[in-house]
Amino acid sequence: MANDAVVDKSRRRFLTATTAVVGGAGAVLAAIPFVKSWEPSARAKSAGAPVLADISKIEPGQKVTFEWRGLPVFVVNRTKAQLDALAGEDARLRDPKSENTAQQPAYAQNEARSIKPEWLVIVGICTHLGCVPDFFPELKPEPFDPNWKGGFYCPCHKSRYDMAGRVFEGVPAPANLAVPKYHFVDDAHILIGVDPEGKA
Amino acid sequence: MANVFATIGNWVNERAPGLMPVYRKHMTEYYAPKNFNFWYYFGVLAIVVLVNQILTGIFLTMNYKPSAAEAFASVEYIMRDVEWGWLIRYMHSTGASLFFVVIYLHMFRGLMYGSFKKPRELVWLLGMLIFLVLMAEAFMGYVLPWGNMSFWGAKVIISLFGTIPYIGDSLVEWIMGDYLPADATLNRFFALHVIALPLVLLLLVVLHIFALHEVGSNNPDGVEIKKGPKGNRWSPDKPADGIPFHPYYTVHDIVGVGFFLLIAAFIIFYAPTFGGWFLEHDNFLPANNLATPTHIKPVWYFTPFYAILRMVPSFFGTAIWGVLAMFGAIVLLFLLPWIDAGKVKSVRYRGLGFKVALGLFALSFIMLAAVGAGVTAELIPEWFGADADATFIENLFGRIWTAVYFGFFVFLWFYSRGMEKTKPVPERVTMHE
Repeated sequence: MANDAVVDKSRRRFLTATTAVVGGAGAVLAAIPFVKSWEPSARAKSAGAPVLADISKIEPGQKVTFEWRGLPVFVVNRTKAQLDALAGEDARLRDPKSENTAQQPAYAQNEARSIKPEWLVIVGICTHLGCVPDFFPELKPEPFDPNWKGGFYCPCHKSRYDMAGRVFEGVPAPANLAVPKYHFVDDAHILIGVDPEGKA
Repeated sequence: MANVFATIGNWVNERAPGLMPVYRKHMTEYYAPKNFNFWYYFGVLAIVVLVNQILTGIFLTMNYKPSAAEAFASVEYIMRDVEWGWLIRYMHSTGASLFFVVIYLHMFRGLMYGSFKKPRELVWLLGMLIFLVLMAEAFMGYVLPWGNMSFWGAKVIISLFGTIPYIGDSLVEWIMGDYLPADATLNRFFALHVIALPLVLLLLVVLHIFALHEVGSNNPDGVEIKKGPKGNRWSPDKPADGIPFHPYYTVHDIVGVGFFLLIAAFIIFYAPTFGGWFLEHDNFLPANNLATPTHIKPVWYFTPFYAILRMVPSFFGTAIWGVLAMFGAIVLLFLLPWIDAGKVKSVRYRGLGFKVALGLFALSFIMLAAVGAGVTAELIPEWFGADADATFIENLFGRIWTAVYFGFFVFLWFYSRGMEKTKPVPERVTMHE
């Protein structure tokens, strides 16, 4: 083998490039199992089943929290005064008509954001960064809002929501609180996680 | 005895003749500028803390249980039942905070004396990568005790990724391995905290030091000792203003390390939670996914960035802007060598504008930390009366300091490109005799 033999550079480049591509593809494919292993496991998925909530003992003005998929779901029995106050808030709200359809099923896209006006069913997770907002049901001035008409106040970053979970203007949270899928099994029970029959 | 060491040394040397020169280049005969001052302790202190974290961390894993059901109790077990466990745990938790104290001062030294400038950009970039990995390491470490602040801190930080359009929600599920921070999350954070990230961190530290030793250390005068006169009493061709690392700086550093350990010991023995700043009160309650702590706030070292996140409002129906601003605050630091075009390195010889801007930048960092830690939220009702609009005042205050933080980089870009009036830089370091 003579050192000064002519080197076929294009052949060398071709071999280098193809080896690199095949090796790179192999590395990417080999990474898939490791990346996929971070997905929720079968056990975690099966723990996300629907939850039957007994609402017969919730007094007007009271909030009860149910757990669905590890999320706190607030069920509130709203009083007439709280419902009446909803109409007057539009000017201070970011999305008063619930036009962001990702935040509620179509059957809850109304002023009360619910199937039956008095029953608010809502995921108690602030749409800013996932904290649980506190419940301030009374229609009286609060330190964070002198014109408070009842609703939810997030202690983390001071986002405010009204009694229908609609977000106020000028707070960090971008969207209304989410309404989960739910329906009334009978007057005393709701099933969280399943749409009403005939509605998607 | 000395004979035995010499024999072993020779035996190794014959078989690996390349080892001693590397040792000399990076340790004993690394020529560092003579005029190092107080600010030059923080590099070696960072190494001391890193060693502390690894050593105490290894011993903590011997009793810690990385599962959502057992983690909290296992940490309490370490604190109460394991012999000296409280000390090892407090050394680790105090070490985490002191790591950031030391690193922030180390970074400020770099800003002050222009250590990020040519030819040390690579040293700076590697250092910034260390900072980034350190933040991830610290965050995951804070999740491990599975206290309520661990849980909610994890939830908030992971939710940041949920603001990314389209892929955000599934990305969050992927990171958590569940629909909320759960056993799977804790377990994987444990793996990353004790294996993956420490390995990356160690590699980066070695590269940071190697990169530094290629170009040589900067100094408070910001003059290149390699370009100055040659020859000193140890070597005729080494910089006259340099001094071998050993024994001069090794002994010098031992004094600094001793003083630092004294302070660290005082904190560990008398104020291990540091009044809720190093270990937050809410983290002494077990994780509860249905009860948010009244004030979710990160540990102090993340608060400036957290404040930036909070101060940027959402618009166009997404909260991503705050997240972008927060990451931007760190990205800008990465880009500093190219933002600052000034040729003069040290603050000693730079224009008045730079001195003022650097001071304001440091102040903005502290003020944002106060906002992020909720100090301002507490003080505003005291200062302005209970019926003042606290949210408005806090937002105004926080946004002004956010603007100062980002303004520093904008100002520096323009100022260093023509407006700056520098003083003449001396030929040699100012204390060379």
